[in-house]
Amino acid sequence: MKDFNGNIVKPKVTYNDTKVIDLKHIHKQYDGEPVLKDINLYIRDKEFVTLLGPSGCGKTTTLRIIGGFETPDEGQVFFEGKEINDLPPNKRHINTVFQKYALFPHLNVYENIAFPLRLKKKPENEIREKVTEMLKMVALSGFENKGVSTLSGGQQQRVAIARALISHPRVLLLDEPLGALDLKLRKDMQVELKKIQQSVGITFIYVTHDQEEALSMSDTVVVMAEGEIQQIGTPTDIYNEPKNAFVADFIGESNIIDGVMLSDYSVRFAGHTFTCLDKGFDKNEQVDVVVRPEDVDVVEPERGMLTGQVSAVTFKGVHYEIIVDIKGFKWMIQSTDYVAPEQFIGLYIEPDAIHIMKKSKYSGMFGDYSSFSDELEQLSDVESAEEF
Amino acid sequence: MKNKKSFMSSIAAAPHIFWAILFIVLPLLIVIVYAFTDPEGAFTLENVTSLKDYVSIFGLSIELSVIATFICLLVGYPLAYIIARSKPQHQKIFIMLLMLPMWTNLLIRTYSLMALLDDGGFINTVLGTSFHIVGTKGAVIFGMVYDFLPYMVLPIYTCVSKIDKHMWEVASDLGCNTVTTLTKVILPLSLSGIISGVTMVFVPSISTFYISQKLGGGTFELIGDTIERQFVTGAYNVGAAISLVMMILILISLGVMNYFTEENEGGIIP
Repeated sequence: MKDFNGNIVKPKVTYNDTKVIDLKHIHKQYDGEPVLKDINLYIRDKEFVTLLGPSGCGKTTTLRIIGGFETPDEGQVFFEGKEINDLPPNKRHINTVFQKYALFPHLNVYENIAFPLRLKKKPENEIREKVTEMLKMVALSGFENKGVSTLSGGQQQRVAIARALISHPRVLLLDEPLGALDLKLRKDMQVELKKIQQSVGITFIYVTHDQEEALSMSDTVVVMAEGEIQQIGTPTDIYNEPKNAFVADFIGESNIIDGVMLSDYSVRFAGHTFTCLDKGFDKNEQVDVVVRPEDVDVVEPERGMLTGQVSAVTFKGVHYEIIVDIKGFKWMIQSTDYVAPEQFIGLYIEPDAIHIMKKSKYSGMFGDYSSFSDELEQLSDVESAEEF
Repeated sequence: MKNKKSFMSSIAAAPHIFWAILFIVLPLLIVIVYAFTDPEGAFTLENVTSLKDYVSIFGLSIELSVIATFICLLVGYPLAYIIARSKPQHQKIFIMLLMLPMWTNLLIRTYSLMALLDDGGFINTVLGTSFHIVGTKGAVIFGMVYDFLPYMVLPIYTCVSKIDKHMWEVASDLGCNTVTTLTKVILPLSLSGIISGVTMVFVPSISTFYISQKLGGGTFELIGDTIERQFVTGAYNVGAAISLVMMILILISLGVMNYFTEENEGGIIP
């Protein structure tokens, strides 16, 4: 995060070290298909955790197990140290904000938010006080008597959040809560959600497939794929130190090249030996090398560590997106300087722009921009198509 | 453009309007005219004032149809709920089973019921008992419930199956147990289905004549029977007057029902 002067602002760490939720060796199958394979994850008090991954990665199932809507086939769910595998949702100090809002259509805004307190038979004046406070928090004061179907999507979502928070749960689960909103509204709601989380001091577990959303809101990001946790870390760790090719590709744009570790701090890829900052690999170990498009400098061909021919240039507003063919491998480079298609250019890569990863089952699947085109990206990635 | 369009649509509507006038409006007017005239065609209020003799029959009809409707609701709601919450492939089978008896004519089903329940009927023969069922109020109510139960189940089933699946999870998430999920969330959301079901059972129950004739064993008369008797014996004017009062009664009850439905939907679509 940067402030208005462009200075890097360290996100304020609000959580402490108490484990609120602890998942141990969770397995889950649907019709014989494993959807979760040995999930181990703990979540700390007041932490903002995001489960991030493509659709079908098991993130929603994990959330539903925490909420009590699914039971794991194997493994244990702990809440403040107590096993809660068999506890129904209404007995858990955990509330959920569903993707489709799921407001009660027969009740108005006030009664929707008051619902959990009415169940507990709280006195009328206490209910009024708390609902008013909640409405103020989600900026919906004056909407008390409106029918929920007259509200916009964003307003309905805020009613759902207020309703889930009014009984002050220890943990709030959010299942792609902004998925149905348009881009502008989503950005506003991201900021608002983060503010709400900090003001109420409740643990948020947030599920999304939108990596930008995950990076900008979370204290901790859990990247999932194929029912497994790929990496757990802070947003900066996840971006700068991806653990494997899947994470590197899923979070932002990455060129992922096969390389060989010659020795500590020295790696050879694309026919050139580079100095890097990584060590601790075996001599001549095969590795995946990640270079982010924005970390590559475009220079004259004779000054470049690598040279290649530009195959496509797209103007993106802030920068140009340049696809360069280097020995048959297509790199993506982001540069503020224009280069012409067909032109030969040199690439210069600083040691700190190179990140080395161990080989994994995702090696070779991502990171080459040969088939890259904006249209293809939109078509194949239906889930995130709404962002464009 | 607008005129042309409305001209075209009135052409298209013409057969329906003609049909409605010929078979709905006109007969209704005839009923009204008959209700206020004597056999010679002179205006009279005698038919209407003679209705006071039938107050007890009206009372009995209302009593039996209210009880039958209530039993249908008591049996029908859980049934509809269970069907709506079962797997989609099972739902089709359940609905099919529910509809199956309706393929047989109502009259024939009532006759069959009589054959089953009669003093020398199937049940008493098989069990070797001598239960006296036919000819009691219970038999008539049973017949009404048996004949009209599907009309209660179907609208409630449609209504419950349209409720967002998340509602059960949300209710549980916000602290409801099984009972409060039903009373605080699902019942209010299926109110419109309940009201159509109640209407669809109550209206044919209150106006039935064959059920009371067959299963009542001729021991008592419902308002439907009275009307039938008037027309069979040629007393068209009194029959028309009773029919008119019945229609007004049904209209009033429909109005009350609609009032509640609209209020309920007012919450959904103000």
